[in-house]
Amino acid sequence: MSSQPSHKLQLNEHGRLRHFLTIDGLSRDLLVQILDTAESFAALPGRPVKKVPLLRGRIITNLFFENSTRTRTTFELAAKLLSADVINFNISTSATSKGETLLDTLRNIEAMHSDMFVVRHAQSGAAHFIAEHCSPRVSVINAGDGRHSHPTQAMLDMFTIRKHKGDFTPLRVAIVGDVLHSRVARSQILALNTLGVSEVRIVGPRTLLPTEARALGVHVFHDLEEGIKDVDVVIMLRLQNERMDGALLPNEHEYFRLYGLTDERLEAAKPDAIVMHPGPMNRGIEMDSEVADGPRSVVLQQVSYGIAVRMAVMSMAMQSQADLAGGEA
Amino acid sequence: MSISIINGRLIDPAHGIDDTLDLHIDGETIVAVGDAPAEFAAEEVIDARGCVVAPGLVDMAAGLREPGYEHKGTLASETLAAARGGITTVLCSPDTKPVIDNSAVVELVHRIARKLGQARVLATGALTQGLKGEMLAEMAALKQAGCVAVSNAHFPLASTLVERRALEYAATFGLPVFLRPEDRHLRADGCAHEGVVSARLGLPAIPSAAESVAVARDLALAEHTQAQVHFRTLSTQTAARMISEAQAAGLAVTADVAAHQLHLTEMDVDGFVAECNVSPPLRTLADRDALRRAVADGTISAICSDHKPHEPDAKQRPFPETEPGISGLESLLGLVLRLVEEKVLDLPTALARVTCGPADILGLPYGRLGVGTPADVCIFDMDRRWTLSAATMVSEGRNTPFDGWDFAGVITHTIFNGHVVYRATDSN
Repeated sequence: MSSQPSHKLQLNEHGRLRHFLTIDGLSRDLLVQILDTAESFAALPGRPVKKVPLLRGRIITNLFFENSTRTRTTFELAAKLLSADVINFNISTSATSKGETLLDTLRNIEAMHSDMFVVRHAQSGAAHFIAEHCSPRVSVINAGDGRHSHPTQAMLDMFTIRKHKGDFTPLRVAIVGDVLHSRVARSQILALNTLGVSEVRIVGPRTLLPTEARALGVHVFHDLEEGIKDVDVVIMLRLQNERMDGALLPNEHEYFRLYGLTDERLEAAKPDAIVMHPGPMNRGIEMDSEVADGPRSVVLQQVSYGIAVRMAVMSMAMQSQADLAGGEA
Repeated sequence: MSISIINGRLIDPAHGIDDTLDLHIDGETIVAVGDAPAEFAAEEVIDARGCVVAPGLVDMAAGLREPGYEHKGTLASETLAAARGGITTVLCSPDTKPVIDNSAVVELVHRIARKLGQARVLATGALTQGLKGEMLAEMAALKQAGCVAVSNAHFPLASTLVERRALEYAATFGLPVFLRPEDRHLRADGCAHEGVVSARLGLPAIPSAAESVAVARDLALAEHTQAQVHFRTLSTQTAARMISEAQAAGLAVTADVAAHQLHLTEMDVDGFVAECNVSPPLRTLADRDALRRAVADGTISAICSDHKPHEPDAKQRPFPETEPGISGLESLLGLVLRLVEEKVLDLPTALARVTCGPADILGLPYGRLGVGTPADVCIFDMDRRWTLSAATMVSEGRNTPFDGWDFAGVITHTIFNGHVVYRATDSN
């Protein structure tokens, strides 16, 4: 069998991050290293001169097979702050829609001498597939693949949590909503468990939770107030509107009544609990505006920390390319 | 051509024979087991000392791809692969282009296969026109043209009523119906077993219930129509138990399993291994072990290759977009003999599951070594080992998860209809 587990694929022979495809299998030390590196970049956007020359002369290509303005923009900004040149390919409207295979697209873009691909794709495993088939001199960063993984989003969430809570180990964290279809939730669960939190909970109706959820290392709750009782962090997930009707949920009204976060419900959590959301947020469905704009919401901080975390991951992966080139940065 | 195979350990499960006996072939038939007939002079003598002399294998279901999908495989390439795998009779599936739903396509397939002369290719006719699941196929004409069973391959039927009518119509002509039990609504867009691996990898999942729900429905209709129903490629312990209970209750239903389901599990999908994208999906270790027990106790009386050769591009995609299936003809015997090594089955029982087991389901005279039966023989050396290399497979499809696996039982000869169609040499 030619494929290999992602965690083996994404480390080089020195144990350094070569690709960033998933949190699965990465060590606690490596995750902390990402967070520490991000810390060193976090102050940059506030300075008059925002750029550092770490990736000067490098070409980073955003390969977005699925639309996402916000994620693409933060990756682009992170690359530019590292002084890299950025190319954006919106492939959903390009070659593959004309019948070209993913592998053909990859070969063509490789011929343009990119050093890094930032990949978003609607199918689970797509970033893994590209990492397996691209040139050894290219690093792949997963910007979200199907229901599988969105590791930079998870790491920016971890960064946000660390900023507010410091130590991970005593924390209880609840993830609320459509875990079944959420690549963000899968990555968050892996990251939280790797960083050693006390307890990860998932909360939602059974139609929106994986049947084998416990194998992911979580406690399962179907009642929101019970699920967020005494937690330090509440992570609300986006409910894809296309999944609201039909057999998964009866309607938005019932969902909000049962799982929508309001100030009253948030009383069940610890008094200093923070509220997070990976966005884009559906106000009045996943949470009340009072909560979204309230003092416990750290939603906008998540967005700005996302740039620092993506800079950290890109610079670390590019450093492992330097290993390959014999130490030349 | 006359051939004597001497000094071998002859195993013929159909007749309960496991003994050192010679076998004599004259023309297309076996003329003696044991002593040669008086005045028999063989033109070729094969000394099978140290080897097992078994019936040629009968494979219940293989996609041979021609006509229509020659970029995945041809009758020439795939029957060559069958010969190399010790398989002398292959039931080809009807999902060709055009579909095998009329006598002209049946005759085309038979004519090409006869001309090639590598293996006996028997056609499975379509259950519904175009495999669309709506209108019944011309089953009487298909039977007359030589189809030995009917099936809708992996395509769903439009409704339970269509299934009922199809079973009744097939029963009119005594045609066995192959059903692949899967509830299409529960399958949805799934590509992997609904379990711990799909939960972790975020792969759209197919629950075990997709199979058990369908088995329950199909069993009810089999009982109601009294049609001869054969369940294809079981994958779950629940389905195996339900079929065992139905058989105990007197229902004449049969079942097979794909050889890869007896060795691989959902864990093998980890890493998005496209070669392990199969339909039905690889299930849990408990399922695999239950299937092994069902093969051992005879609930499942046939092991098939479920051969689905693909061009490389079909697997060179993100996992959910890859086409399901394994190129299985060349690994079938190796996987079955591995069950013997792992003490799941004894050698005669293992061979029964790939010879007389499938032949009996279809009421065919193959997969046995009786006097007067077609001279289909597979000779292999259990003491020699070999390693499967995808690169050197003769099937057009190199899509195998068993690349690099080590197997017992080097096939030295495959004899089909009295002709040696495969002979091991140092180079192969």
